[in-house]
Amino acid sequence: MSATYAVSDTLVMTKRNLVVWSRVPAIIVFTIVQPTIFTLLFRYVFGGAIPVAIPGGYVNYLLPGIVGQTAAFASMGTAIALAAEVQKGVVDRLRAMPMARVAFLGGRLLADIVRMAFTVLIIVGVGYIVGFRFLNGVGPAIGMIGLAIALGSAMCLVSATIGLVLKNEESTQAFGLIWLFPLTFVSSAFVPVQTMPGWLQAFANNQPVTHVVNALRSLAIGLPMGDNLWLSCVWLAGIVIVFTPLAVRAYQRVS
Amino acid sequence: MSRSHSTIADHCVGWTRNEAGDAKGPGQLDPGLSLSGHVANLPAVGEPAVVVEGLQKSFGSVHALRGIDLTVERGTVIGLLGPNGAGKTTAVRILTTLLKPTAGRATVLGHDVVRAPAAVRSVIGLAGQATALVEELTGRENLELIGRLHHLPKPQARERADKLLAQFDLVEAADRTTKTYSGGMQRRLDLAGSLVAEPQVLFLDEPTTGLDPRSRLGMWQVIRDLVRGGTTLLLTTQYLDEADELADEIVVIDRGLVIAAGTSDELKDRVGGDVVEVSLARPELAEPALSAVAAVGDAEVADEGRLLNVHVGNRGSELLLDVVRRLDTAGVEVSSLNLRRPSLDDVFLALTGHAAEETA
Repeated sequence: MSATYAVSDTLVMTKRNLVVWSRVPAIIVFTIVQPTIFTLLFRYVFGGAIPVAIPGGYVNYLLPGIVGQTAAFASMGTAIALAAEVQKGVVDRLRAMPMARVAFLGGRLLADIVRMAFTVLIIVGVGYIVGFRFLNGVGPAIGMIGLAIALGSAMCLVSATIGLVLKNEESTQAFGLIWLFPLTFVSSAFVPVQTMPGWLQAFANNQPVTHVVNALRSLAIGLPMGDNLWLSCVWLAGIVIVFTPLAVRAYQRVS
Repeated sequence: MSRSHSTIADHCVGWTRNEAGDAKGPGQLDPGLSLSGHVANLPAVGEPAVVVEGLQKSFGSVHALRGIDLTVERGTVIGLLGPNGAGKTTAVRILTTLLKPTAGRATVLGHDVVRAPAAVRSVIGLAGQATALVEELTGRENLELIGRLHHLPKPQARERADKLLAQFDLVEAADRTTKTYSGGMQRRLDLAGSLVAEPQVLFLDEPTTGLDPRSRLGMWQVIRDLVRGGTTLLLTTQYLDEADELADEIVVIDRGLVIAAGTSDELKDRVGGDVVEVSLARPELAEPALSAVAAVGDAEVADEGRLLNVHVGNRGSELLLDVVRRLDTAGVEVSSLNLRRPSLDDVFLALTGHAAEETA
């Protein structure tokens, strides 16, 4: 009975969040226009200065990176929405209802994952327009999109924890998401790591986004996978294992 | 206007009354009681809707509640009155299962708020200062969402939403996003939301804080209508006139303690009741005026003989005429006359030594 409610309440909350998303133009701009601009910027402005020796040239190097970055950045919405709802007292009101407890967090994560998947597909579409091509067959292409969504989902859990700890929309916007910048830019997403100074390479080569983006690239255009896939899985599983209880705990403590 | 009053317990013992004002025996069936759903857990009829015993809540070294007792009988309205930081909201949050008390016990319709929070949540409604509406959803969608989260089937949730939109005069705005609503409309919708699941006990935490005067009056009317339907209501307010207006019984809270409880009239009596203020035409009339009204009540002269205060208890309107008649007979020339009833502000000042609006 209560398991049924856990599922149905989560779906009700997911739908609520998706309807809200579809009605806020600013969110659509941030999740679609921003990564599109990044794609165009790196494809046509910076890309010419970044030599890469892979099939199809820089656009094929770039797109898996943009997809990884987009998936990670999509988690910003999770943190901000959760902080805002705690701040406004929405959580309190929901908790005074017989709604299954898991539905608030579950509905938020599920809706954000759907939103992120949608954004990733749009960016792949934009990539196709500017010259990106999958060179490794349909299966790995689907695998790439799946892995990108897995990265974004893990990041959503981290963001959720931060939003629930900060409990304030403005400070979440200002401070809660800074960590995403080094994580996505100091990685192999836009430029080969070898072009960075040694001390920065040490970070870039040993953080999850680099592993995931390398794996995305291998899946998309058929480069040798090396250790990237299993390292990605270990990183993402680790993040999920650590941050799921932290997010749940932060949620239980919001009031 | 406050509704009919019955007994007063000086320190928050229970008040047992129904609409007619007489005590309800344990065997009588309350006609307003909904029998659907919770039959197995139904407390004995006549048991109070809310019982609070020795409730304490500390946040670290801050003692928000320092041991309060409280009883709300079914079908009555209790107003928790106190300044900001008095502990009102903390009390409501405990009663609505959002906070766990540090010590003490609270039950809602017999369900313990700590041991059976799910049972409590299924019989209560909560609305309050922070409107919990989703701005991007329409009024109707907000109500339907709440219905769904109360596990009403879709058609039933839709039906409840329609009914409440009509009841709260929101039909025209029903399909607009609530972002476009005025403050008063948002509060009305928020209140409607708390009624979706037909709660047996309703908690309103500062329902009019931040509203403009006109919206406030509108909100009062809505709450009055609701109460007429027999809903048990606990409301918190820092507005004295609001408690006066809506509540059968007022419990005054200050710094985490109940400092007084009673009907509005009873609380006012504690600061000395009504005063007839007579402005005398000339100071030399003070002596004859004093002796003329001596039989009516305690009187004193103030403002260098120009003002006569007659203390008439709670029989102000009745004795006002008497005072006038006696002064007239004694030939005392009067320039103005005023019946001053103590406000709850006076009560608060008398009880706490500080003004009510002050933040603790």
